[in-house]
Amino acid sequence: MISSHRAGVAGVAGLAVLSILAAACGSGGSGSSGSALTNSAPGITPTTITIGSHQPLTGIAAPGYSEIAPAANAYFQYLNAHGGIYGRKIVYKYLNDQYNPALTSTVVHQLVLQDNVYAIFNGLGTPTHLAVAPFLNSDHVPDVFVASGCECWNSTASLPDTFGWQLDYVREGKILGAYIEQHFKNKKIGFFFQGDEFGQDGVKGLSYEIPKKQIVAEKSYDPTNINIGPQVDALKAAGAQVVVSFTVPAFTALLKLNMLGLKYSPQLVVSDVGSDPITLAGLLAAFAKNKTAGFGNSLTQGIVTDGYLPSLGQASNSWIALFTKIHDQYIPKLPLDGNVLYGMSVGYAFVQAMFKAGKNPTRADLVNAINAGLPQGASVAPYAYSSSDHNGITGAYIATISNGALVPNTGVWVTDDSATGAITAYTAAQPAAPASGIPSP
Amino acid sequence: MVHVPTLARHLAVAIVAAAIILLASIVIGDYRDYQLAQVAPSVVAVAGLTVLIGLSGQISIGNGAFMAVGGYTSALLFGHLQWPLVAILIGATCVAALTGAIFGVAAARLRGPYLAGATLMLAVALPSIATRFASVLGGDQGLGFFASVPGFLGPTFSLQRWQAWFSCGVALLVLVLLANLVRSQVGRNWRAVRDDEVAAALAGLNVARLQILAFIVSSACAGAGGMLLALVTGTVSPSLFTLGLSIQLLTAAVLGGLGSLAGAIWGSALLVFAPTYLQNVAVSNGLSTSSSPSIPIVAYGVVLIVVMLVFPSGIQGGVSRLARMTGVDGMLSRLGFAPSSLGAATVASSIVRRRHGPGAAGPGAVQPAEQQRAEGH
Amino acid sequence: MVEFLEFTLGGISAGLIYAAIALSLVLIWRGTRVLNYAQGAMAMLTSYIALLVINGTGSYWLGFAVALAAGLVIGAVVERIVVRQVTDKPPLNAVIVSIGLLIGIEGLAGVLFGGNNKSFPPAYSITGLSVGKVALGITRNDIFTAVAVLAAAGLLAVLFRYTSVGLRLRATAFNVNVARLLGVRVGRMLTLGWALAGLLGALAGMLVSPSTFLSPNSMDAIFVLGFTAAVIGGLESPVGAVAGGLILGVVLSYAGGYLGSEVVNLFGLAALLLVLMLRPSGLFSSAPTRRV
Repeated sequence: MISSHRAGVAGVAGLAVLSILAAACGSGGSGSSGSALTNSAPGITPTTITIGSHQPLTGIAAPGYSEIAPAANAYFQYLNAHGGIYGRKIVYKYLNDQYNPALTSTVVHQLVLQDNVYAIFNGLGTPTHLAVAPFLNSDHVPDVFVASGCECWNSTASLPDTFGWQLDYVREGKILGAYIEQHFKNKKIGFFFQGDEFGQDGVKGLSYEIPKKQIVAEKSYDPTNINIGPQVDALKAAGAQVVVSFTVPAFTALLKLNMLGLKYSPQLVVSDVGSDPITLAGLLAAFAKNKTAGFGNSLTQGIVTDGYLPSLGQASNSWIALFTKIHDQYIPKLPLDGNVLYGMSVGYAFVQAMFKAGKNPTRADLVNAINAGLPQGASVAPYAYSSSDHNGITGAYIATISNGALVPNTGVWVTDDSATGAITAYTAAQPAAPASGIPSP
Repeated sequence: MVHVPTLARHLAVAIVAAAIILLASIVIGDYRDYQLAQVAPSVVAVAGLTVLIGLSGQISIGNGAFMAVGGYTSALLFGHLQWPLVAILIGATCVAALTGAIFGVAAARLRGPYLAGATLMLAVALPSIATRFASVLGGDQGLGFFASVPGFLGPTFSLQRWQAWFSCGVALLVLVLLANLVRSQVGRNWRAVRDDEVAAALAGLNVARLQILAFIVSSACAGAGGMLLALVTGTVSPSLFTLGLSIQLLTAAVLGGLGSLAGAIWGSALLVFAPTYLQNVAVSNGLSTSSSPSIPIVAYGVVLIVVMLVFPSGIQGGVSRLARMTGVDGMLSRLGFAPSSLGAATVASSIVRRRHGPGAAGPGAVQPAEQQRAEGH
Repeated sequence: MVEFLEFTLGGISAGLIYAAIALSLVLIWRGTRVLNYAQGAMAMLTSYIALLVINGTGSYWLGFAVALAAGLVIGAVVERIVVRQVTDKPPLNAVIVSIGLLIGIEGLAGVLFGGNNKSFPPAYSITGLSVGKVALGITRNDIFTAVAVLAAAGLLAVLFRYTSVGLRLRATAFNVNVARLLGVRVGRMLTLGWALAGLLGALAGMLVSPSTFLSPNSMDAIFVLGFTAAVIGGLESPVGAVAGGLILGVVLSYAGGYLGSEVVNLFGLAALLLVLMLRPSGLFSSAPTRRV
């Protein structure tokens, strides 16, 4: 509301003056550095920070993705139990938009105009979030760590308060493409990809790296149509020896099943989005009851993929240990899979940003904190954040699925979104998780 | 009883309603303004659909596709040509009407479930044109349509209030036009065709032309609704115009009261507000969104069934029954408001029975309409 | 040429699934003159029940039988309790009630079983069969699907044409009051119609769920295509349902294979409109006559 903006600013100014006076008159009894916690912004009270999100909790996009927000919330609950953010607890209000942009608009307007959240965190989906990003930016609501790999969140001119987080699809395509170009020279390559910006951006990245003469087929699929037989037939007819697939897990599994039906076994290279070994094994579990050779975990054996978070198979990794502990305590009913890892990792990033924003942050403080750069969290590669770049994670390692877990077989590669940008090795070791599990302020 | 001309009567009601909405929008705050703006696209589209089904007896589960045509036309006109909003509205309506005409000609011979099936497939297939021509139509990401407040209202005018004014204004205009159409010769001809196609043809009516005209009117309304939906949502994409949208429009039309424009308002309000209301109720009763997000979904399905069982003639049918019981409608008819728009639902529903499907009506409802009237409807 | 053969076979096996849904819709339409939008959702629910039994007892066929029985029961219960309230009301009321059922059943499945995809076992092996070195592109499971659907269609046709129960079902749909006067227990026929349709839907669910993975919304898209197949074939005839399914399956397969996945639905629409423009009541229907 326009009038309440003005009232809000006046209120903040008044409270700021009061708090300076209070500090000057001697610190209070708390052990902190003395300034009192105030209502420094909408959604911030002395005891809570309220943030909102829109998520597909039911409907066609729900499988898998509906776990992300509960996982982030589990990390926030862990944080709240261990001191919160300067003593404030995070209240995470995520509402169901059923992957329908009209509902996304409804719930986000409710969160901002009625529930007065401080920021929108990890809004999921590209067409859905595009419906609300302009509104959020026009009202200067921080729109942080969108759950989508679209390059569109990096638009500092038109969407200055919006930030991506995950490795975007073009970068991912380039990293996978470079690996294929090196390790599958002279082989025929086929693409199988979802017919939306996820698949198309991935193919764009792949095409930057893989020589044109090697690409023999490019087949897209529509996620509402499970009959992908024609596309797999076409890939086989073209003789593709390596199939690169930008698919969601259900369609990776379908691809594998169709290939079995056709007795076609090319090397599969799958995007991180669709290669979570635990999800895939779950989808293929029922087929193991048949006596045909090689199902379940064996069916995922040898799939090449990439990863920008540590592998769940590395139990000794400090991040995996931390997140496993939090999962077992707060969300034991959910499977500990890639979606849960994603949710907790992005939750950690938000907490890092909030600590950087200061003790009594305004909305602008959060945006400025991220613009100044965030230290690496659970990801294997650094963030790109700066005032001119709102992309998040910049790189990934290549891995092979073996016995149901990702086994890295290269180091980390980082790159950018451009057609000619180089793919370079990133050799710095991943920083360990803090012992307390909470980033230091 | 003074005979007030139809147009004047409808305009008077519209002006009063506009004044009420104007005053309310200033008082109720930005979030409620937004909710007001959200109902209007539904009202426009459902009004057109309820005329199509209730008056001309053709069932369509595909009006979401025409909304898509209107929405995408609007986004393209906005993005490439930067037309003013009113021009965009007219453009979207015309293109959608043209699409409706083409489909209406193709489907002119279809009746009942076959028309339903054709429109269903239209609703599923048409949005996929956007993915086929992704370079122009934006593909899965869609196109933006973020119109800001016009300059003459001043720099601090609330965006949500502007959205409410524009979309409610368009909705009132469409309702007035439709109300006049319903009471005109064309409306009477439609009802004649709906009641008994052969008799109407024998009486000299051009059945096919009337059916196509009804399709054009309903698709034009859907196109206008699509433009408003795009305006309020800020974007158009295939995931906005799924089959679910078309089914929602049908549900709103029937639940509100077939053939009744007031019913379009009830039905749209139910459809736009019930899902989020139910979700908020669930959350505030401690059913957090993680324990089961599907509980509000079950509740919504139950609500639909219960409303349909309790109000067999739609909500408007229930309202008019209430009006009859309390004598309000007698008072209104003395003021010059014939009860036809209130009672249209009951008459329409008893007659629509006969139009549905070739060869036979539903079990237990085979008697011709005369018998229903004799039974005192 | 091999590609063409593979597309055709793939289209036939997909089309038979659409035919299974189409058969259940034809049954309900012929018996009760209602379009049941919840048909797919009911099939999804019976598939979940089957999965519970299969995972609990380890036997696929027990789960299969339980699914069919559950389909019978759920269909009968829905008719008795919900649809019966709207049978003497305007026909669109029944459609809205079925839409409410669709939403409610999907929500119920979400509450009971969660929203994630569940793996669903096929009846037989899904490894491709081959003649010598040439992979045929079909599997044992595909053959079972074809046999099951064709058997169901055949049994349905026999039921309608040659049995007195079928005659009574058709009479109820044609003219309820005359049927009642002739001694047909109309209420029982309505319930039987929905029960049998529930059984057919359950069969479709069992056959298709391995490919869609089971989730509350997994039957939505299949239902739309099954409905389209029913309309293409004409809602009056089981043979039409199978024919409609096969035509649709094959057309969609060629469109997807030769042209790309974005145009599949458009070709479905084109096929449907083409058929309906030539024969407005579907392929296998006779033109209705009316005394004026």
